[in-house]
Amino acid sequence: MTRTLFTDARLIDPDADTETRGWLLVENGRIAAIGGGADMPQTDARIDCAGKCLAPGLVDLGVKVCEPGERHKESYRSAGRAAAAGGVTTMITRPDTLPAIDSPEALEFVSRRANAAAEVNVLPMAALTKGRDGREMTEIGFLMDAGAVAFTDCDHVVRDTKVLARALSYARGLGALVIGHIQEPVLSAGAAATSGKFASLYGLPAVSPMAERMGLDRDIALIEMTGVRYHVDQVTTARALPALRRARDNGLDLSAGTSIHHLTLNEFDVGGYRTFFKVKPPLRAEDDRMAVVEAVRNGLIDTISSMHTPQDEESKRLPFEEAASGAVGLETLLPAALRLYHSGDLSLPVLFRALSRNPARRLGLPCGRLSAGAPADLVLFDPDTPFVLDRWTLQSKSKNTPFDGQRMQGKVLATYVAGQAVFESINA
Amino acid sequence: MSFSQSHLLGIEPLAPADITTILDLADQYVALNRRDVKHADALAGLTQINMFFENSTRTQASFELAGKRLGADVMNMSMQASSVKKGETLIDTALTLNAMHPDLLVVRHPHSGAVDLLAQKVNCAVLNAGDGRHEHPTQALLDALTIRRAKGRLHRLSIAICGDIAHSRVARSNIILLGKMENRVRLVGPPTLMPAGIADFGVEVFEDMEEGLRDVDVVMMLRLQRERMDGGFIPSEREYYFRYGLDADKLSYASPDAIVMHPGPMNRGVEIDGEIADDINRSVIQEQVEMGVAVRMAAMDLLARNLRARSKEVMA
Repeated sequence: MTRTLFTDARLIDPDADTETRGWLLVENGRIAAIGGGADMPQTDARIDCAGKCLAPGLVDLGVKVCEPGERHKESYRSAGRAAAAGGVTTMITRPDTLPAIDSPEALEFVSRRANAAAEVNVLPMAALTKGRDGREMTEIGFLMDAGAVAFTDCDHVVRDTKVLARALSYARGLGALVIGHIQEPVLSAGAAATSGKFASLYGLPAVSPMAERMGLDRDIALIEMTGVRYHVDQVTTARALPALRRARDNGLDLSAGTSIHHLTLNEFDVGGYRTFFKVKPPLRAEDDRMAVVEAVRNGLIDTISSMHTPQDEESKRLPFEEAASGAVGLETLLPAALRLYHSGDLSLPVLFRALSRNPARRLGLPCGRLSAGAPADLVLFDPDTPFVLDRWTLQSKSKNTPFDGQRMQGKVLATYVAGQAVFESINA
Repeated sequence: MSFSQSHLLGIEPLAPADITTILDLADQYVALNRRDVKHADALAGLTQINMFFENSTRTQASFELAGKRLGADVMNMSMQASSVKKGETLIDTALTLNAMHPDLLVVRHPHSGAVDLLAQKVNCAVLNAGDGRHEHPTQALLDALTIRRAKGRLHRLSIAICGDIAHSRVARSNIILLGKMENRVRLVGPPTLMPAGIADFGVEVFEDMEEGLRDVDVVMMLRLQRERMDGGFIPSEREYYFRYGLDADKLSYASPDAIVMHPGPMNRGVEIDGEIADDINRSVIQEQVEMGVAVRMAAMDLLARNLRARSKEVMA
């Protein structure tokens, strides 16, 4: 029986919404007990946290690992290392690979690769329609048996509402969770920016932020029609929030996420056509960003993810319109989220509610909590350590981070999966 | 005479003094261009490459002539026909050309920001000859020179820019330049051709031509591209001409001495009535073409001076 005691920790408990000074006992890979004061259990192994923060490890919903198809951009090994370095103990991976993960065979392949190569937990999602083409639903039942935790076509929106309605009905029958991208596809086609002063000044093809509301409205009607369990991948605009609120109040089984980039950056960051800031949907106005931060604070938006999307240099060193979308985020998710803590917008328990507890709970996972019986998936971090991010130090194979050269505050000191250290900072 | 830039990527980075410097020098080149012997040696020994990733006859000819009149070795590359078709990226193309040691690179590209990107990868002076919907700085400068010569000043004028603002890099560069020089800018056009958030640029927006043209000193028409004429952005050519085409009736709302401008090529009977375009008392459209050569000579001359000054620093 292995027992490890974490002493003198600042324990961040998202369930109780508290930060307390105390100790945490890990036994056989699970959290066994938590307490304060000097009355500590006796163990051989002790980790002195020296007053730093100990929180449930991050559960990142929507990570792209480029296997199969584009291993030069990211493999399970490199993504696993990046996750561990970023305090992410569970990656929920996306099926938008080449080819898409739309069959039990493909899913078994990635699960096998993930288990062999990554030290953190990896749970795969599968496509909702074959080839993410929006024409025929995938074998949702078989895929669930093979371990798919949710179904999504990622940034491909199912345009045919009849196909989508049937897929959602079928998914409801199996209790499957469907994750949708709500940007209205016709209006969004070809857009590289959000319409407004910035896009007009830079002459970029742009989409109205209203495209998000439109897509959300359609999907809300379909959720009401089918009763499916549904999660929105990214809500990024103020105008979508009242619709989300109403649907929630009407009792629909609807949750929502947002991306760390939309929470911490705005359209002006694109500056002189910096393609590392090209994400999907495009970065929004500052008013939208502030509204989304507030929605995370008041719980209307449940989850924050990195939307980790590796792209190689060649895909990004192009004119802005031609450049690929997406940014890596596994390692910067926590330091970027801590910007919202340092700015006074969100407390640490509220942050970990969105980073760890809510995504775990939505997927029915036992992790994401700091309570006895939960897996000892933990992150130890110092929220105050300042550093300047150098993208070449990232563990990901692709280095396309928008935070390159930026000042960050907050560093992961160690990451534990089932009580075992999978990352320890050399400077700790 | 000083010019702060090492490239001419847009009007946005220019200070009002830079603009005045270019226009003053261009005035001298207008005089040169009207002489029998139209030759100077400001660019002698330098190599100018015109790289056009998008079709152009007028702008390319104007840049070519400007370079030749100043004694540069000018080469034209039509990029649609070349390596781009073979899958080469913009940056690789830039690096290839850079290895040939050009001094001036004139670039037009269908995507906004592409010329900025290219300028980061080469060590010669880059001139933007139009990038997507972003900027077309030499067009705005030649428009400014035309206005200054016709009106005697380039400040406190009321200027209406009419038509397809949304897809126009000419409009953007002009809005920025005329704003920097402290003019009142009005934009006139149907809402489908007006960019979002444009009111934040310090301009007034009108949907009606008569209101928009009331008492203005300059009427600047924009070209309506053929592919936007049918149903997508406007219902039809004839309805557009009726509501937004510049004819004598609509022009009568402008100041009696207002001048009429158009960057060309014109669609007569779509955005402008042929008679107005040819009216030598109102239209300065031919002068714009003439000023274009002079402005491009001035811009390349100033950039070449900065190039030489920099290489002297390196030597020293």
